[in-house]
Amino acid sequence: MCLGVPGRVSAWLDRDPLFARANIEFDGIQRECHMACVPEAEIGDYVIIHAGVAICLVDQAEARRVFDELNRLNLLAELETDVVTEATPIESKRDEP
Amino acid sequence: MKFVDEFREPELALRLVAQIRETATRRWVLMDVCGGQTHSLLRYGIEVALEDCVELIHGPGCPVCVTSCESIDFALQLAMQPHVIVASFGDMLRVPGSRESLLDVRARGGRVQMVYSPMDAVELARNHPDCQVVFFAVGFETTAPATALAALHAEQLGLDNFSMLVTHVRVLPAMEALLLSPVNRVQAFLAAGHVCAVTGFAEYDVLVDRFRVPVVVTGFEPIDLLQGILGAVQQLEAGGHCVSNCYARSVSREGNINAQKTVETVYEVADRDWRGFGSIRNGGLILRDRFERFDSEKRFATNQMNPISVVNTCLSSEVLSGQIKPPQCPYFGNACTPDSPLGAPMVSSEGACAAYFRYQWLQSK
Repeated sequence: MCLGVPGRVSAWLDRDPLFARANIEFDGIQRECHMACVPEAEIGDYVIIHAGVAICLVDQAEARRVFDELNRLNLLAELETDVVTEATPIESKRDEP
Repeated sequence: MKFVDEFREPELALRLVAQIRETATRRWVLMDVCGGQTHSLLRYGIEVALEDCVELIHGPGCPVCVTSCESIDFALQLAMQPHVIVASFGDMLRVPGSRESLLDVRARGGRVQMVYSPMDAVELARNHPDCQVVFFAVGFETTAPATALAALHAEQLGLDNFSMLVTHVRVLPAMEALLLSPVNRVQAFLAAGHVCAVTGFAEYDVLVDRFRVPVVVTGFEPIDLLQGILGAVQQLEAGGHCVSNCYARSVSREGNINAQKTVETVYEVADRDWRGFGSIRNGGLILRDRFERFDSEKRFATNQMNPISVVNTCLSSEVLSGQIKPPQCPYFGNACTPDSPLGAPMVSSEGACAAYFRYQWLQSK
C-alpha cells in the first residue's frame, strides 16, 4: 500500500493548486498524475508517485551523493581485499619453519 | 540515474551485508512496519542473508490487514445495494470481512470497482450520476494525501453521489502500542520511508526518547534496506538511540508540508480499531465536520449492521505484532494459503504471510 514509484515529470498539464496534474514518465511509459502536493516540481524532476498522486520530490543530488559514497566505500573495500590477498602468501612464508 | 536499478546493485548489497556482519556482536531484533519493505526483505533474500546476526520481524505494515472486520462487512453490505458502487484499491477488494471479500460480493453481482487512485473514484461518480459511489479509503499516512485530495475534488465539483468509508491508520501510535506490549521484542525500528516522505520524521523524536529505541527511516530497494539495517545495528552497538535518515533522497525531517496541509484540511486524528490489535489511541484519521456529507458511515447510517461473530483460528494478531513469524503458525501453507486464506495477511499482496508463502523457496536455500 505504501509503495511509491519514481517517475520523471515530462509535461505540466494543469497548474491549478487543487487540480494540478502532470504527465509522468516511468521508464518510457507516460501516465497522468496529480501534483497538488508537489507544485514546485519542474520538468525533468523526479517525483514519487503513490496512488496516482505525487507525494514528494526525489532529491537527485542527494541520491547521487549516497550512491557515489557507497561505491567509494565498495572500491576501498575491494582494494583492501586485494592488498590482503596479495599479502597472504608472504605472511604464509614467514610462518613456515 | 532512475533511482531504482542503482539501488539494486548486487556487489554493493554484498558489501553492506558484510559490513552488517562485521558490526553486529549479537543478534539484534529489528522490526519493519511497512508491507512493501517486508516483501523486499524476503524477495531479495536479505532476511536469509542476515539470519545469524539480525532477526528481522515484521510489524503491522499492511493497512488492509488491520482494517476492521466491521468496516469491511459494512462495505460488503453497501456493495449489494442497488445503485451503489463500492470502489477501492485492488488489495482491499481481496481481504475478507467476517465471511467474504468485496471480490466475492462482486462475483455474486455486487457492484465493486477496482481503482488505481482515489481520484478515479471521483471520476466514477461524475460518470455515474445515477449511482452512489463509495470509496473505501484505506492506507497509512502515505495514502491519506491522495484520499484527502479526492474529498477536496468532490467538494469543489459539488458531487452529491460520492462518499468515503474512511479507515486510515497512523503508524506512529501502532509503534508505540508495540513498545508498550509486555511481550515486545523490538530493539530498533526501520521506519516506513514513504510514510515519512509525507509526515517527515521529527515526530519520532518523542518515541525514541521515551523508549530509548533507535528508529531508522528506510527506503524500499535492497541497498536502501541494507543501509537502514546497518544504521540501526550501528546505533544499537554504540548504545545510542536517535532517529536517523537512510532515505534522504525522498525524506526530509519536516516532510511534505503541502501534503500535510491537505491531510489536515480534510481529516482529524481519532482512535481507531485495528484488526488484531484492538483500539489504538490516535491510531486513525476521520473526516472533519466540513466533509461530513462525504462520510459513507453517516450517509448510509441506517444500513449499519451488527458485527457477525465468526470463530477464526487465524493467528494474524501474533504475526502482525511480530510475536511469531508466519511459518511458525500451524496453519501456514496447509490450512492457510493465498488461494484459501484464514486471514488478511495471507490474502493481501503486502501481507507478511503472503510474502513468506511467495518467497519460501528462498527461505529454504
